[in-house]
Amino acid sequence: MSSNSRRRILILAMLLIALAVGPAVVSAQQQPPPKPAQDEFLPIDQLPPGETLPAARLLIAAYAVVWIGLAVYLWSIWQRLGRVEQEIADVTRRVQDAQAAERPRPAGGAGR
Amino acid sequence: MRAFPVLTLLAAAMFAYAPIMIANAPFESTMGLVQKIFYFHVPSWFAMFTGAFICGYASAVHLFKGSRNADHYALAGAEIAVVFGLLGLITGPLWARKAWGVWWEWDVKLTLALIVWLTFLAYLLLRRFGGPGSEKLAAGLGLFGAANIPFVYYSVNWWRTIHPKTTVVPTLGPGMRGAFWFCVAAFLLLTGLIMAARIRLERQRARVDDLYLSLED
Amino acid sequence: MTFLQTVWLVVKKDLLVEFRSREILYTTAFFAVSCVLVFSFGFVQDGRAIDGAAAGILWIAVAFAGTLALGRTFERERQNETLRALLMAPCDRPAIYVAKLAGVLLLLTAVEAILVPLIALLFGAPLLAEPLMLIALLLAGTMGFAAVGTVFAAMLVRARSRDVLLPILLYPITVPVIIAGVRGTAALLQAEPDVAAARAWLSLLVFFDVVFITLALWTFEPLMTE
Repeated sequence: MSSNSRRRILILAMLLIALAVGPAVVSAQQQPPPKPAQDEFLPIDQLPPGETLPAARLLIAAYAVVWIGLAVYLWSIWQRLGRVEQEIADVTRRVQDAQAAERPRPAGGAGR
Repeated sequence: MRAFPVLTLLAAAMFAYAPIMIANAPFESTMGLVQKIFYFHVPSWFAMFTGAFICGYASAVHLFKGSRNADHYALAGAEIAVVFGLLGLITGPLWARKAWGVWWEWDVKLTLALIVWLTFLAYLLLRRFGGPGSEKLAAGLGLFGAANIPFVYYSVNWWRTIHPKTTVVPTLGPGMRGAFWFCVAAFLLLTGLIMAARIRLERQRARVDDLYLSLED
Repeated sequence: MTFLQTVWLVVKKDLLVEFRSREILYTTAFFAVSCVLVFSFGFVQDGRAIDGAAAGILWIAVAFAGTLALGRTFERERQNETLRALLMAPCDRPAIYVAKLAGVLLLLTAVEAILVPLIALLFGAPLLAEPLMLIALLLAGTMGFAAVGTVFAAMLVRARSRDVLLPILLYPITVPVIIAGVRGTAALLQAEPDVAAARAWLSLLVFFDVVFITLALWTFEPLMTE
């Protein structure tokens, strides 16, 4: 059961590695067809000149923060789970040993 | 949870596809490229408030019913709120720097988000440094914190506001709307998965404590 | 014993203990005054206070002094283990909360009675232009702050690091109180006191008080028992 949950977290962590491809795709811009005007967010076709460079840096920084932040958090959950499950295995064994030592006949399958 | 691996792969796929949707979404006329931060910034806040309300509700259940399971949910919710809140608080100023020219503005949504984030950060600090029995105390804080959210919203709202109005979301064009709600779905799915993983971690911790107790007997 | 009898008994006990030494009263009042002094160095330029400084300084001093008073009050209970004794008594637990709240409220009102004239003097602020509204704002705001503070201070008695945890827990929750208090007071301090705005902020404060005192009465017993 312990390897099961670790595997689940590993899959979750691999998701983040797959996402690392993301920012590269963002830079491959395609021009969408013109959209009708909106209240607040008005979509446009082309970026006005002189708009791209400073914004791109901030954009990439923002997405990098999200990917990295999520990756770090997921990794920390994985670590903690690993440690706790290790501890469970240890203590379960100790409980079983203690119970076996107590009884005159060993009680097989006493621990859970 | 047998669905966990399937849902994880789904979340991974959604996150992998999201940048494609975001790249295809039209640019915004006044804010240009930097507005695309919106597709991850707002879903982060959705996730944060989901965590905050889960924490509040679970805190109430733990406080009044003494349910240990509810306590696990409360802790997971608070952690989600702090992690996703932090992501929102970092991506927000990065966007604001270009869009408004300043890193920070004392407007409703930013201030509300900051205060809610601080409240649940305090929750985690209390759990960590409060010593034994702090689960119950933290539950009190979680409940008060969640109840406080509307009050903070209204008091800061009367105070001032320059954020884009909430009405932005309903008026998004089809290209933007699709990408936005897709990202919201991806974030909320991820939130659910993280909660499941985190709750499992807490349950295992509780099991270790119980095992140690039975060892002492 | 009825609820009110319990409340009265505990309040009387607290007041009696306090009057013997007047320790918390003097130290809190002095602390509040020194807060105001420190702020004046920050907010007075060329001999004149920055606009709107007076309202902010008043409420910050109340918040800081209040945190201190709460900590000291419950520290006293903890040292003599009297809180546990109170909780073991066969009385309504919420009554103990109300009594503690009343005690803290009385203490803070006494401190504010010193602060308001002092700030009016030091910052040349017409704090006494609309006395009734100001008193109402101060009462409602202090009540809100004390209501949440009493619950948190009481529940932290059993925790470690309680001194630093109290402000960490308390300040985010009482942000609406501070905002409403400061903006309401500032509205009264304008050249033309904006009583309508002050009344709006006052209603927010009263609503906050009602909701959080109810929550506190509800949660006091589960929070204080193991």
